[in-house]
Amino acid sequence: MSNRIANRFRKCADEGRPALVTYIMAGDPDLKTSQKILDGMVEQGADVIELGIPFSDPMADGPTIQLAGQRALNGGQTLHKTLAMVEAFRKRDGDTPIILMGYYNPIYIYGVDRFLDDALVAGVDGLIVVDLPAEEDAELCIPAIGKGISFIRLTTPTTDDKRLETVLKNTSGFVYYVSMTGITGAALTNTKAVGDAVRRIKSHTDLPIAVGFGIKTADDAATIGRDADGVVVGTALVRAIENSLEDGKASAYTIAAIHGLVRDLAEGVERARK
Amino acid sequence: MNVANSLRNGPDETGHFGLYGGRFVAETLMPLILDLEQAYEAARNDPEYAAELGALNTHYTGRPSPLYFAERLTEHLGGAKIYFKREELNHTGSHKINNCLGQILLARRMGKTRIIAETGAGQHGVATATVCARFGLPCVVYMGATDVERQAPNVFRMKLLGAEVVPVTAGAGTLKDAMNEALRDWVTNVENTYYLIGTAAGPHPYPAMVRDFQSIIGTELREQFAEAEGKLPDAIVACVGGGSNAIGIFHAFLDDPDVAIYGAEAGGYGLDVEDGHCASMSGGRPGVLHGNRTYLLQNEDGQILEGHSISAGLDYPGVGPEHSFLKDSGRVTYVPITDNEALEAFQICTRLEGIIPALESAHGLAQVMKLAPTMGKDQTIVLSLSGRGDKDVNTVAKHLGVEV
Repeated sequence: MSNRIANRFRKCADEGRPALVTYIMAGDPDLKTSQKILDGMVEQGADVIELGIPFSDPMADGPTIQLAGQRALNGGQTLHKTLAMVEAFRKRDGDTPIILMGYYNPIYIYGVDRFLDDALVAGVDGLIVVDLPAEEDAELCIPAIGKGISFIRLTTPTTDDKRLETVLKNTSGFVYYVSMTGITGAALTNTKAVGDAVRRIKSHTDLPIAVGFGIKTADDAATIGRDADGVVVGTALVRAIENSLEDGKASAYTIAAIHGLVRDLAEGVERARK
Repeated sequence: MNVANSLRNGPDETGHFGLYGGRFVAETLMPLILDLEQAYEAARNDPEYAAELGALNTHYTGRPSPLYFAERLTEHLGGAKIYFKREELNHTGSHKINNCLGQILLARRMGKTRIIAETGAGQHGVATATVCARFGLPCVVYMGATDVERQAPNVFRMKLLGAEVVPVTAGAGTLKDAMNEALRDWVTNVENTYYLIGTAAGPHPYPAMVRDFQSIIGTELREQFAEAEGKLPDAIVACVGGGSNAIGIFHAFLDDPDVAIYGAEAGGYGLDVEDGHCASMSGGRPGVLHGNRTYLLQNEDGQILEGHSISAGLDYPGVGPEHSFLKDSGRVTYVPITDNEALEAFQICTRLEGIIPALESAHGLAQVMKLAPTMGKDQTIVLSLSGRGDKDVNTVAKHLGVEV
């Protein structure tokens, strides 16, 4: 198993700050722009990158990420092309972990074994598959771990202590705590409860805990990053892309807009524990 | 009956019908789905629950639904004797009420205070709004914007019943998109909300639970048919969208090999028209969507297609997992019926029998019209007449070029 995820979280911890985990949708707003956004993100302060696999029916996502997926699919994005993006990134950066995030059907149709082989070659470190709970571990989680790709599970406010054991059993890489019951892009309401939940999960596992859903600004990142080992920002970054578009297409400002926000967020995680 | 080689044993304890079914949902929903499974197990073993549901079926829905000999249609087709199992006479006008009553009693037992549902043609939305009115629970129905337009009378009925109808503009604005939006609501309001799924699909235990509630159709039919003809029918036909009326009428007969069983899928403009039909079993392949593995219409990248059908209730690119299992096993024959075949059947039934069938049910009827002439006069076919067609009058008028 690649050690990129563990190494990067350790490096951030050594620096006394949480990791900044940034999400973009592969192929949004178009393949070329998306590759440039991906390639430049680490320089702006991203520590771990989640790359979304577009899907026609993203049941756990709010309108912003739904639209990003539609833009990518309309531009002809496929799982093949998404893996090729990772491969291109990996040639420039051998250390930053890349996590593919999405829904199961595109992977199932690609073929689980073939997908895992190709993902490994491309340099993928982990997978987050929203619609594969622990009950379906035999589908992808166990084969992925067998081939050395981490399977990162979501835990939520509805995951009680008993259930947590089930959820953590085959989790590897890090634990993704979803800060609320809801879809991506909703507003963060109770930051104290998030801190409590992170401490509760920490008492069950040695894996790093990253918190996502509802983190939009540098201040949010600083607040959540006090307790969490990583803060995940998705919708806010995707919205920065959306707001920069002209006639639905990338403009001269698109890359600068999202990279600027990554820089802000990186400043937020810097001061989280100061 | 629970014999080893029975086709009626599914699903297994993890919710699988062979390869199909399962629980492909976000972690947020998983604890709730496990709760639901437990609550349903407890309810179905509770005589009080059965008695309450039985009384509502009798006095509220009007069960048993009649078995009707369609004499003039039989004469017209000149072959097998045709019977209708008249689910369209149920309160609210379709089989959907059977499932809604079962689930609303369950939601109450679970202490849920808010009900959500998805709907295509609006029949399930109306049935859900109805039981919510009956039990005084707030109700939100997600409905594709396209369907809101083509099923306007049902939208108004739902509003009269006190439900909030939320038009969904994502995608093609049909049943698939409504289901996505209902799942998003559920994952957000998981504490107090019960998701009343309208068809025998979704994550376990929904496919089994909805089938159980709808199985009353086949159970009654078995008895009624024995009384009418002194034997089992030679063939049973139902339309299949998600497939709840179909599994409901099929299930009691799965272990009777002499009964031929047919499911009529939405053939739309024809199977050869790309994205022009909703025949997920005749024209799709297995995939994972909306909580279960089943036959789906999809492209080579695993993206789900929108599909098309004249009938909003069949306009869904998937099907319940038990149907996928029954297709692979060869027990049930699934056939595509085009929009035009359904429209013709709709008109013939209306003129010959004085019964306006739902466009969904008209797909089943079109299959009956193909079968009957090939069978002997001593043979019999039963159609699940799952819904009435009042809601479709505007759609049919439009297709016939008539202004209403």
